[in-house]
Amino acid sequence: MTDDQPHCLVEIKKLRKSYGQVEVLKGIDLCIQRKEVVCIIGKSGSGKSTLLRCVNGLEVFQQGELLVDGLPVKSQDAQAMRALRQKVGMVFQSFNLFPAMSAGSNVMLAPRLVKGLPGAQTRALAEKLLKRVGLEDKFDSYPNELSGGQQQRVAIARALAMNPEVILCDEITSALDPELVGEVLQVIEGLAKEGVTLMIVTHEMNFARKVCDRIIFMHQGLVHEMGTPEALFTNPQTPELRSFLSMNHG
Amino acid sequence: MNSFTTWDVIRNLLLSVPWTLFLSAIAFVGGSVLGLILLVLRIMKPHSLGRAITWYVQLFQGTPLLMQLFLTYFGLALFGLNPSPLLAATLCLSLYAGAFLTETWHGCVMSIPKGQWEASSSLALNLREQLQYVIFPQAVRVSVPPTVGLGVQIIKNTSLASVIGFVELTRTGQIITNVTYDPFFVYGVVALLYFAICFPCSMWGRALERKFTFKH
Repeated sequence: MTDDQPHCLVEIKKLRKSYGQVEVLKGIDLCIQRKEVVCIIGKSGSGKSTLLRCVNGLEVFQQGELLVDGLPVKSQDAQAMRALRQKVGMVFQSFNLFPAMSAGSNVMLAPRLVKGLPGAQTRALAEKLLKRVGLEDKFDSYPNELSGGQQQRVAIARALAMNPEVILCDEITSALDPELVGEVLQVIEGLAKEGVTLMIVTHEMNFARKVCDRIIFMHQGLVHEMGTPEALFTNPQTPELRSFLSMNHG
Repeated sequence: MNSFTTWDVIRNLLLSVPWTLFLSAIAFVGGSVLGLILLVLRIMKPHSLGRAITWYVQLFQGTPLLMQLFLTYFGLALFGLNPSPLLAATLCLSLYAGAFLTETWHGCVMSIPKGQWEASSSLALNLREQLQYVIFPQAVRVSVPPTVGLGVQIIKNTSLASVIGFVELTRTGQIITNVTYDPFFVYGVVALLYFAICFPCSMWGRALERKFTFKH
């Protein structure tokens, strides 16, 4: 409890995870601070998505500890996970909007069920959030009536609706047509400026460079290199990161 | 020597149609309730209860309904219960329908993309809320065609209840044939009556299917 010890919003200690015999996370230590925007980069198979999915318990890990705002991730304890997941929002690569519900209902569902907010209040909240992502006129549209970029923005509004402490973004532009990437990244950039804590797994290097406070380069299940975008992109220390960056810029 | 007129035959067969409908309805409703309960149990406890339910399903899918009816009717008698044909038939057909319906619906639930579970989990919904608000509304749409198909199967399979002496459409046909010695005509009418019940069901199912289909 000393003052010079920064408080971690997301604290990851010696995290290990395997699928059967294959170890995909080999001991991760990380501390994400409040209002920090962290981008995780690395080759596919480096464990970056798995790490992100451990934070809200979508993946079960075998060893180590993971805390969000002081609450430990206990994937077997439904009660604990319900409390924890209210603090962690997530946006997925494939949007995963609920197809039987309008955009507005997608956003309103969790606040109504989990937080028990009354109907009028959730509606006002959903209208406000859809406006925030630039879709105030799409409240009654169904997901299949929206473009990929619009669907992903609804998904961001849905994650924001629970007023989470941190939002996880798992390759949220990878399923989008190139011309739709910008509108989604713009929304995320806006959130970053407003001080929302973000953990972003991305292949968009220019975006990572522009928006993130800290870049984490993962390689073979470990944090291989970590630092400010400036330091990592202009002066990579390891041959692995150099080769990764040259592949992505080439 | 034949005291039955054509109209007598048709009239008696028509009078037995409600019993076929009644048996079908009870079997379908009973099977649905059972199937839904087992479905939820199977999703909640896939390893322990799920395995037991799979065995139940395999047992009823892997044996002829005729044997199931015999075993229910005569088996209950072994335990000192003397079920009426109606009770034995509804019990057996409900168990039979429950096995097929729970298996079909389980398949429908499993066909919902994993991302729907993950998105609803990450929004802190509990299992009941996930099923009620996210998974079932989608699974129901997928399940319409196979469920209607099973319903039609059940209607036709109630004809087997005739073997334990339950007097429905088929049994009535047998009784009349014993008197008139004109099986082709009598069973022809019986078949047409089954068709007249099943065909509208299938059509209705198709209409529902069209209404419920949506794109992801």
